[in-house]
Amino acid sequence: MRARERILGRLRATALPHPPEPPEVASWYAGRQRNETRPQQIERLRSALEAARAEVHDARDAAWPAIVKGLAEAKGVRRLLAGSGSPDAARLAQALPAGIELVCFDRPIDDWRDELFDTIDAGLSRAKGAIAETGSLILWPDAHEPRTVSLVPPIHFVLVDVGTLHPDFHTAMQAGRWAENLPTNALLVSGPSKTADIQQTLAYGAHGPRELIVLLIDEEGAGK
Amino acid sequence: MSQPINFHPVESFKERGRSVVNDPAQRKNFRSAMDFLQGKRRAQFPERQELEGLRDLASAIRRYSLAQLPTLLEQLERNLTANGIQVHWAENAEDANAIALDIARRVQARKIIKGKSMVSEEVDFNHRMQEAGIEALESDMGEYIVQLAGEAPSHIIMPAIHKTKQQIAQLFSEKVPGVPYSEDVDTLIQVGRQVLRRKFAEADIGLSGVNFAVAETGSLCLVENEGNGRMCTTVPKVHIAITGIEKVVAKLEHVPPLYSVLTRSATGQAVTTYFNIITRPRQPGEKDGPEEVHLILLDNGRTQAYADAQLRATLQCIRCGACMNHCPVYARIGGHAYGTTYPGPIGAIISPHLRGLDQTYPLAFASTLCGACTEVCPVRIPITELLVRLRNEAQARPDSEDATLRGSGAGRTKLATAVWRGWSLVYSRLGLYRMTSWSMSRGRALSPIDQGAWTRSRTPLVPAPKRLRDLLRKRRK
Ligand code: SF4
Repeated sequence: MRARERILGRLRATALPHPPEPPEVASWYAGRQRNETRPQQIERLRSALEAARAEVHDARDAAWPAIVKGLAEAKGVRRLLAGSGSPDAARLAQALPAGIELVCFDRPIDDWRDELFDTIDAGLSRAKGAIAETGSLILWPDAHEPRTVSLVPPIHFVLVDVGTLHPDFHTAMQAGRWAENLPTNALLVSGPSKTADIQQTLAYGAHGPRELIVLLIDEEGAGK
Repeated sequence: MSQPINFHPVESFKERGRSVVNDPAQRKNFRSAMDFLQGKRRAQFPERQELEGLRDLASAIRRYSLAQLPTLLEQLERNLTANGIQVHWAENAEDANAIALDIARRVQARKIIKGKSMVSEEVDFNHRMQEAGIEALESDMGEYIVQLAGEAPSHIIMPAIHKTKQQIAQLFSEKVPGVPYSEDVDTLIQVGRQVLRRKFAEADIGLSGVNFAVAETGSLCLVENEGNGRMCTTVPKVHIAITGIEKVVAKLEHVPPLYSVLTRSATGQAVTTYFNIITRPRQPGEKDGPEEVHLILLDNGRTQAYADAQLRATLQCIRCGACMNHCPVYARIGGHAYGTTYPGPIGAIISPHLRGLDQTYPLAFASTLCGACTEVCPVRIPITELLVRLRNEAQARPDSEDATLRGSGAGRTKLATAVWRGWSLVYSRLGLYRMTSWSMSRGRALSPIDQGAWTRSRTPLVPAPKRLRDLLRKRRK
């Protein structure tokens, strides 16, 4: 406790009693709104994601399980990890062929860490929302859909409802009142894992998923 | 105690710099890396208005945070604790390592896997753990490479920027069992991936840095591209985060502008692959995530910078590395020459507080004061002004009121003091001034050929045959 008191004491000796006016973050973001239509925002999201080497597919809600099945088959996925007890997992289970096993994340990681790292080819999760400006997906892992689903398997499928699209990070955060209800871990994911640590040469699949496959679910078909 | 690699004596600074300057291959590497990073940053800010507006905002956010730093730190501690994250305070490197060791011993840890953390470099974490019989392995690709080579990072964002792919290929084939020589970057990265994947699964503790700590919500934010940061903070049973006390921001909504200006300034990316907000340890019913999360708040001299109204700006830094990417000195001598954890302009202004001015003052002189760093700094730190201030501190009389820092006055030499005293004497007396200038132009033939550092790459200075006043007098006639 002594270190704490000493550090705070030193800071207290010179801190300002009245800090300056708070920075005007909201008005900065308000001033740069593009006021884009939904289809324009979808296009912005798509092109940012594709520029980051994510694969983007359009899907009606009824059709995504079949699309995931097709992609999983084409990529040679044998074991696909999904959350437990989610309607998404149940729907996918019906669509997958006999050759692809659906694994549900229904026990603590501690019970099957090696299996998770060594045998799972792909994971499926659902984004809470997305950010058009930077092509970012908002992930909000919980007890049903754990954090490692979107991290450990080499391929990551993400379902994104285009109705959850926000123009920028700040707007998304304010609209969802993040400051009041952050989960254990919240994430923005904006592409497959990458690095440029060797001679500034970009390489994909550093430690996280090598492939990020985004399914844009658009009931009204606004995104074409 | 093993030899620290995070600090080299300042006496050999010039020597280290010179050896890089004289090596064309290294110079070419640095030049092309810096050109690349500068270009990427420029492309991120096509509109001047957006850039300058964002810098104003980011700077205002950082200044606002610092103005109430003690209050915010207490709020942060309160909210983290309420969220179940344990907070520890460290006055110096020793404290920080002792806190980490205590945790490691309690949970009987043998292996620590590390995400990128410059603060852990600052406290020489890896070696201190090694001495205690605990493996501390870097997992950021660049950090992994420099650790394998037994080196320290040479850049705060791109640790292995001084290495070519040939050198890395050589390193891997020598140090990683069963890996043949390959210069293919994808192959090399996959080697790192395979080796480290096992390590994530086996590690008892994950250690990470922090980019922003949010007081309002009690959250830790991490910025990264590789996914190793997420691995370190998600897979092991215990997560320890370590950060300087200055990294706190008041509100969650202060994060988006800082994140945006950070990634765009650092590597010219609109956004990184991952932005990770950690608010709690694993909750009942959750199936992964660490069961314990700790935050170590490190002072290590930062309060000295804080105490000075001008030098406090140093703590606005968000460690983007743009100042080094644009520094003509860094581009020529590279990061290792500085001999400190933080190289380049930010290293020159922060290191005196971490290590004492006596150990670091020559870094403040390793600048042309061209102002490129100040121009690109996303939080508007007046870096050049701070460099000049530190130069003055280095020359201040230790017992005078100009000497305010640990190690102030360390740069004073008897010769320089005598020369300046003589100079001020001559320039404050007209007769003496005329006599001196007259005799110097008469005695110009006696000018020494060897004029120290000046003549190493320039012709010697010789007084003019006629003084300016003589020439003017002649013209008037
Ligand atoms: S001083 Fe400014 S430019 Fe340099 S690392 Fe810090 S924030 Fe970036």
